[in-house]
Amino acid sequence: MGLIELLKKDVRFQEGLTACINCGTCTAICPAAHFYNYDPRIIADTVQRGNEADILALLESDTIWYCGECLSCKTRCPRNNTPGYIVQALRNLSQELGCFTKSERGRQQLDVKRIIGENMIKYGYCVYLDEIDLDGHPEQGPVWQWYKDNADSILKRLGANYHGNGPGTMRKISEDDMSELNRIFEVTGAMKRFDDIERFCEKK
Amino acid sequence: MKVEGKQRLWNEYQKDIADDHYYFARSCIRQNFFPGSEIAFLRILKDYLKKDVFDDSHQTTCTGIAYHSALIPFETTRAVVARQFSLMNQAGYENFVPSCVTSFGVYSEVIETWHHFPETLAQARQQLHEATGRDFSFPENLVHTSDIIYKHRMEIARQSRYRLINHYTGEPLKVVEHIGCHYAKMFPKKGVGGAEFPSVLSGMIEAWGGAVIDYPERRHCCGFGFRNYIIKENRGYSLSNSKLKFDSMEPYKPDFIVANCPGCTYFLDRWQYVIAETTGKTYGAEGYGIPVLTYEEMAGLVLGLDPWDLGMQLHQVSVESLLDKMSIQYDPTKKHSGYMNENIGIPEKPDFLKI
Repeated sequence: MGLIELLKKDVRFQEGLTACINCGTCTAICPAAHFYNYDPRIIADTVQRGNEADILALLESDTIWYCGECLSCKTRCPRNNTPGYIVQALRNLSQELGCFTKSERGRQQLDVKRIIGENMIKYGYCVYLDEIDLDGHPEQGPVWQWYKDNADSILKRLGANYHGNGPGTMRKISEDDMSELNRIFEVTGAMKRFDDIERFCEKK
Repeated sequence: MKVEGKQRLWNEYQKDIADDHYYFARSCIRQNFFPGSEIAFLRILKDYLKKDVFDDSHQTTCTGIAYHSALIPFETTRAVVARQFSLMNQAGYENFVPSCVTSFGVYSEVIETWHHFPETLAQARQQLHEATGRDFSFPENLVHTSDIIYKHRMEIARQSRYRLINHYTGEPLKVVEHIGCHYAKMFPKKGVGGAEFPSVLSGMIEAWGGAVIDYPERRHCCGFGFRNYIIKENRGYSLSNSKLKFDSMEPYKPDFIVANCPGCTYFLDRWQYVIAETTGKTYGAEGYGIPVLTYEEMAGLVLGLDPWDLGMQLHQVSVESLLDKMSIQYDPTKKHSGYMNENIGIPEKPDFLKI
């Protein structure tokens, strides 16, 4: 099956590309285009033309990893395209085929997996206080160090349930609930995605 | 006729917000970075508005950050959302209220996808059942927590102890409101006022006496960008987009910023610190920053809650300039107290940003 046919199987691609008229509104509104040498209009145009070599080049490029998925393009496109959705489909296919290891930005998925993926498996949340320190996040500033050093006392003062059982802010998620989440990850392909990222990067 | 036409158009962007009996869904980012705000949301609803709100211990992440970082397949997110709805069903509620704007976008997107692609709904039901033995039904009402505060803004105004008025000048406080992109940019008709003129925060500000600043980059993204922030090397993207907004709002001299998205609130606070420390540039008066509030912090101050009970000591940009302008009575010695007034020291001072 060709790459364009694989893309067309993705509902994000089906909704993302209707008929691009190359007006460039998406690029004008795009925060990533403000910052990077990046142009969502060209991505929409490339997949619309359907040239397999050009699509393969996209899948192996840094280009598809610049989008911030703010979806500002969805609001403004006069033809109901969503370049952000097209990028989502390209990123998925790039990871399924292992193309992401060909680009520096793509290989960052290994870090994303080891940060966000492992947080979800360990805590049931994408983010958790215990894993965030100033070495990795100097922008947090000195207030974060004070918060982290005194988290038990501060969170108790605020009425949170830090590491506690039952409901509340910063609660621990029970083993039964974690088990359901992990089973969903297995059944729906998230665990396979995690393994694929590690395996493809190991090969690289 | 023109007024009628505008009213008719405006009516298309009104949204049905349930009046009571809410199933609350927690936010990964918010509970870590602004733990007092989710607690304040529940407290305001229960103690001040006398509403029924259920805080479930069985929820997990909605996976939104992972989904928008391309880390997990969309079908995983759809099945996790199905489980969250199943938990709501199990608890006997119909009104689903996520605390995170990314989550609100995810829930809205999943429901839209199930409508547009019925085979994905059948798949989610099958996968959820296989993984957990659960089934689920859709919520009757899906709104963001900021929608709930917006709906009850006049009652909050009625119970208010303080107004968004500058005590020194008698003038309304000048407020920048920032709406998280996934609140209405994806599905404009799911946000109060749509994507171009969202009124969920401006409605609160005006009801409580403040004035909203309209500035050129008002609708620009804060710059979270998911993997553009998560990966340290990419973080210049996030910083630069926030800086674009600060530079644009600066001439209007805002008294404070309020946001309805946990990521935005955090970035608009912390990037001011980074800009000050790396360039010496500050955006508030006399070397201070512009305070950045969640909408619960804004509502809590209006209702007379103690700023340190709201967790405002966890901001990197200090909030005292705003408290003083509102003539709020607070005890500065309690700012850094721990539980039961435990002495836990104070944070180090930044080199440039005054706090």
